[in-house]
Amino acid sequence: MSDRIIIKTENIQKIYGMGDIQVAALNGVSLNIKEGEFVAIMGPSGSGKSTLMNILGCLDRPTEGRYYLNDEDVSDLSKEALAAIRNRELGFIFQSYNLLPKIDAMENVILPMMYQREGKFAASQREERALAALESVGLANRAHHLPKELSGGQQQRVAIARALINDPVLVLADEPTGNLDSKSSIEIMDLLHELHDRGRTIVMVTHEPEIAEHTQRVIHILDGRVDKDYKNGYRHGKLSTHETSKTEEAVESAAD
Amino acid sequence: MNFTETIKVAWKSLYSNKSRSVLTMLGVIIGVAAVIVMIAISSGTEATISEAIHGLGSNLIFITGSMTRGGPGQPASGGLVYDDVAAIREGVSGINGVSVEQSTSQTIKFGSVSLESIPVIGTTPDYTAVRDLQIAEGRFFTETDLDRTQKVAVLGATIAEELFGEDELPVGQKITVGDTKLTVVGVLADKGYVSGTNYDEQIYVPISVVFQKFMPSMFARVMGDQVRMIFVSVADDANMENVILQIELLLAQRHEVTLDSADFMIQTQADIIETQESTTESFRSLLAWVAGVSLIVGGIGIMNIMLVSVTERTREIGLRQAVGAAPGDIRLQFLVEALMLSLIGGLLGILAGVGGSYLFDQFGGMRTVVIPSSILLSFFSAAAVGIFFGYLPAKRASELDPIVALRHD
Repeated sequence: MSDRIIIKTENIQKIYGMGDIQVAALNGVSLNIKEGEFVAIMGPSGSGKSTLMNILGCLDRPTEGRYYLNDEDVSDLSKEALAAIRNRELGFIFQSYNLLPKIDAMENVILPMMYQREGKFAASQREERALAALESVGLANRAHHLPKELSGGQQQRVAIARALINDPVLVLADEPTGNLDSKSSIEIMDLLHELHDRGRTIVMVTHEPEIAEHTQRVIHILDGRVDKDYKNGYRHGKLSTHETSKTEEAVESAAD
Repeated sequence: MNFTETIKVAWKSLYSNKSRSVLTMLGVIIGVAAVIVMIAISSGTEATISEAIHGLGSNLIFITGSMTRGGPGQPASGGLVYDDVAAIREGVSGINGVSVEQSTSQTIKFGSVSLESIPVIGTTPDYTAVRDLQIAEGRFFTETDLDRTQKVAVLGATIAEELFGEDELPVGQKITVGDTKLTVVGVLADKGYVSGTNYDEQIYVPISVVFQKFMPSMFARVMGDQVRMIFVSVADDANMENVILQIELLLAQRHEVTLDSADFMIQTQADIIETQESTTESFRSLLAWVAGVSLIVGGIGIMNIMLVSVTERTREIGLRQAVGAAPGDIRLQFLVEALMLSLIGGLLGILAGVGGSYLFDQFGGMRTVVIPSSILLSFFSAAAVGIFFGYLPAKRASELDPIVALRHD
């Protein structure tokens, strides 16, 4: 972890509605997240954590306050500029994978490269890079399978390869294990740890405390504000080495 | 995403929904085919008409008599009489020929061959010049034949073939027309249909022979020596207006009428072409409307399916936006899909239209002429339809909020 700040928000507010009835989904959130951090965002539904995630992911703009991503003020950018930022700086991992169903794993991984504004790769280079990315998540031999021919865990790994393909400064994971069984969940968490070990900055939304335990820092959101922000007992290494993990216990008992 | 990639993506998306894409295209296919076939039919009709008019002979003037019917047993009064023909020929300058027709229908026999209800055209020697006919064998009848009421006949090509076959020479043979024996003096070259008349299936005799031998006495008494129409062929270097004026003055003087209350009417070929053109014009614009409406219906079909497609693929749109597609990328993608549907539909429609025109021509009893510009016109109309009707769905797709789109079920 370096001291370089990747995410800096200053008193972010997001207010929905117009006229007299206004609902503040975010009510002044100020955060700093450094390069190489692995952060979990938690909070009950309606707390504003999804709204925060959307703003951090440049899918939405704050009503008030400033958001600096990788030293760039992205608070007031146009839709086009935000799309370019998402393409260049961000990688998304969704609960429901969101692979396009009619194209194979490799083409799904190539997709973000298709929308690159500058420094586009030639078609053959894109395939090489996609294959390498699939290899890094252990799916090189599934490159030409359609999503429906892959298990949930495999689909999520394809999605991770896709998230990394443009070498983003920030990976945003929204309940990445929410649709997975415990064994696949462990595989995915191991993969995220591996990315973190290699220096990726990862922000993950989760409502499962067991999953959150394995990050370095937990930010609790409540009623649109940061309720708690603390470092927790994260250790480097594979999830399976953490004796306290309930998920892992479940897997072990399943494996017996 | 560059344009080639966008086209590939659009093609994949349409290909993965083959039957839906084809059904959507059907509207455009039918629309484009309709445009081509309808223009081909109206051009065919137009070509037939213009050939017919030109086939009448060049620079023709038609003089029609308007007669007053006489009482019972009385000859009709007014109108054109046979002597007018000679008067025009002698008294008007700048003409190639003056011709008149009096036709009757007769049974023609030669040896064992008998042909029923053959038109027998009584006319003058100028007829070949006025009608632009060529002689294949022998000669046309002459002024002398006409004056002396010689019993001679000139045969249309088909008649000659049917009567004499391949082996016998028609010229010099005697055929029986009605109750009269006529000597064949010539055979015409093939002419075919002009203005609904088949010149090959008629025979031509001096008009004096028709008056003398073939007019029923009753009819002759009523009609006297009146003729319905006189054809004047104007010389190439003569002034049409001037010739018409000469004829008007001559006939008015002969008939003792004023030009305001003339008992004849003069029309030129140009007048007739004008009438025909206005008819085909309205026919063509009707067809153009029908074809245009079917293209628009095809376009609405594309819009409908594209709107459905945008809804179905909301998540895909959201995901593409999340990984960096700008609104313009999404708009272009859907626009290209709509355009591709309409252009492929347009190409298939062109094939169907050209093929359909050919079938109409061969088996539909309708002459068609496929006009190359109609192919271009319909292709670009299809493209315009694709862009026009594809724009709304594409705009809608590009305006989707990625957050909402990603959560869409």
